[in-house]
Amino acid sequence: MSADVQLDDVWVQFGDFVAVRDASLTIEGGEFFSFLGPSGCGKTTLLRAISGFQAPSRGRVLIGGQDMAGIGPNRRPTALIFQNLALFPLMRVWENISFALEVKGVEKSARRKKADELLELVALPGQGDKMVHELSGGQKQRVAVARALCAEPEVLLLDEPLSALDLKLRQHMRTELRAIQQRAGITFIYITHDQGEALTMSDRIAVMRQGVIDQIGDGTTVYDHPETAFVASFVGENNFFSGRVAEVSGATATVDTQAGRFCARISGAVPVWPGDEAIVFVRPESIRFARNGSDQNTLTVKLTHQEFEGHFWHLVLQTDSGDQIRMSVMNDGSSDTHEMESWIDIGFSAQSAIVLARGDLAAD
Amino acid sequence: MLGWLRWFMARNGIALSVYMLGAVALWVIVMIVLPQLFMLDFSFRHNWQQIDPSKMGGPEDVYTFVNYHFLAYGSPNNPDPFNVVDVTVFFRTIIAAVFVTIFDLALCYPIAYYLAQVARGGKARLLVLSLIIPFWVNELLRAFAFRILFGEEGTINAILVGLGLLSEPIDFVREDVALYAGLGYAYILLMIFPIYNVVESLDKNQIEAARDMGASWLRIHRRVVIPFAKPGITSGCTMVFMLSAGALAAPQILGGPSSLWFTQIIYQWFNTGSNWPRGSAYAIVLMLTCVLLVLVLMKIFKVKIGEIGR
Repeated sequence: MSADVQLDDVWVQFGDFVAVRDASLTIEGGEFFSFLGPSGCGKTTLLRAISGFQAPSRGRVLIGGQDMAGIGPNRRPTALIFQNLALFPLMRVWENISFALEVKGVEKSARRKKADELLELVALPGQGDKMVHELSGGQKQRVAVARALCAEPEVLLLDEPLSALDLKLRQHMRTELRAIQQRAGITFIYITHDQGEALTMSDRIAVMRQGVIDQIGDGTTVYDHPETAFVASFVGENNFFSGRVAEVSGATATVDTQAGRFCARISGAVPVWPGDEAIVFVRPESIRFARNGSDQNTLTVKLTHQEFEGHFWHLVLQTDSGDQIRMSVMNDGSSDTHEMESWIDIGFSAQSAIVLARGDLAAD
Repeated sequence: MLGWLRWFMARNGIALSVYMLGAVALWVIVMIVLPQLFMLDFSFRHNWQQIDPSKMGGPEDVYTFVNYHFLAYGSPNNPDPFNVVDVTVFFRTIIAAVFVTIFDLALCYPIAYYLAQVARGGKARLLVLSLIIPFWVNELLRAFAFRILFGEEGTINAILVGLGLLSEPIDFVREDVALYAGLGYAYILLMIFPIYNVVESLDKNQIEAARDMGASWLRIHRRVVIPFAKPGITSGCTMVFMLSAGALAAPQILGGPSSLWFTQIIYQWFNTGSNWPRGSAYAIVLMLTCVLLVLVLMKIFKVKIGEIGR
């Protein structure tokens, strides 16, 4: 059973500080939904409002169509996985997992059976009698998931549960979590500051900034069609050139920047007009070495730094005007390298670049 | 051991090492081991009333169990099968100390939990201050003040009779209520702080996780907080129990005329009875019983001695 979650004009305030501002959205039943944003953007507060640990100052949280006002976390059809997992160190693995059943007064043999089933589900068969401290980080992760699933929640809430794991394990657990979600068939609401996690796992993503949801959409929409400068700069890497709109024709605009005049497609929800302050964004992987003027936008830059990452070369380039540009070149085996400090012509198409109204950028 | 000594010397330098080791040795030997050995030695000796002073230290001054025997069976012309007065007082003291400990635990666990997990900043500091500052009042003053509070003509009786809740005043001192209240209050800090220390280090998320899974407050405490706080609870209980079983001033002042604390008997042997060997024997029996009881309880509740030190 999965339930949809509806946020209706939710505000959370701590004294004068507004942690969440006017959050309104509907998360479908069975969806893998992520809240993505930098630390302090209010995403954890929002999750606590859904789980019932934090009462909204204003607005309503509805789960399965039912208003959750006044209903405590212990009586909501949600289960929360904490950032530090919060496994009980003095209980065995199976006792941890079946705690929700213990609360309901289920007898021991039935609890044990359910715990073993869930251990099977999270690919940890036969580990029930271990103590929590005997498990590795990834195993603890799975136990936490199993423990949360044991309550048979309709909505599972995950608060950056992968952040303590090393990179390899994190990538593995992404696939694993996604698979568990599909097997369990319930709604997952996932909180993260890691755009890689959000993009790989989620059906839809809400990007948050300073308590406000900037954009909601699936991974490709958020990545390819960001609606605000913040989303463009926070999700994935992006080069940006600030300037002023010179001309708008249809879906593209021409922007004058100190690095030159660029033509890019208009992506934002807010239209731009000639004379507006705007920012042109172009992804490192969208920049190419210029070949006899095939691209609408061209630049001549100096190579200042380069890194080899196996499948990619990452180049750091500098324009005459002092702008720094990152460019990623696929390593196709041809040793097409450039000398440091050499001048290179690069370009990008108007389709691969976007122009957005000026706004806050994500801090690096 | 030798390796450790060399490491310790290298780490701290010769002068500091000698000073530290010397100070610790002095502390352990002079303050702890030697006095207790004297007492142990005393407890196995005859008193000057039972042995001619001129023969003291001579071949007839041998070790004896006579003092321990007296505690159990009384004097040779005691008609009872055992030393009714002393043995009764002994067990009553132990049981009363157990009750004081349980009472303190029931009172202090919620306070410690509140301080450690619920109270924030200024409120917590204020509460700690209001717990500590009353202990600036010295023990004797407090004990006599409790007499006034609990006495037959005391404040509590005056209020209860005045409100018509009682027709006759109750002598709380005679009923030992004053004594238990005095003893209980005297050691609350020793119960609160060890528990506070442990509960403070409990991850809040664990409490929230348990709550999220539907656990009631009672179950959260029984399954998550108390198991975690066990070392602190043990250490608090041990201290309160040991100190109340060994208390002297409070029972002296607040005890009813008919009730005697075992320490008062010990004190009488040392003081008015001028029988140090017998006093020592009584004191050692009390100490060993208390230690044994604590060890047995720790075994039952599965607490290792090392955990208490944390």
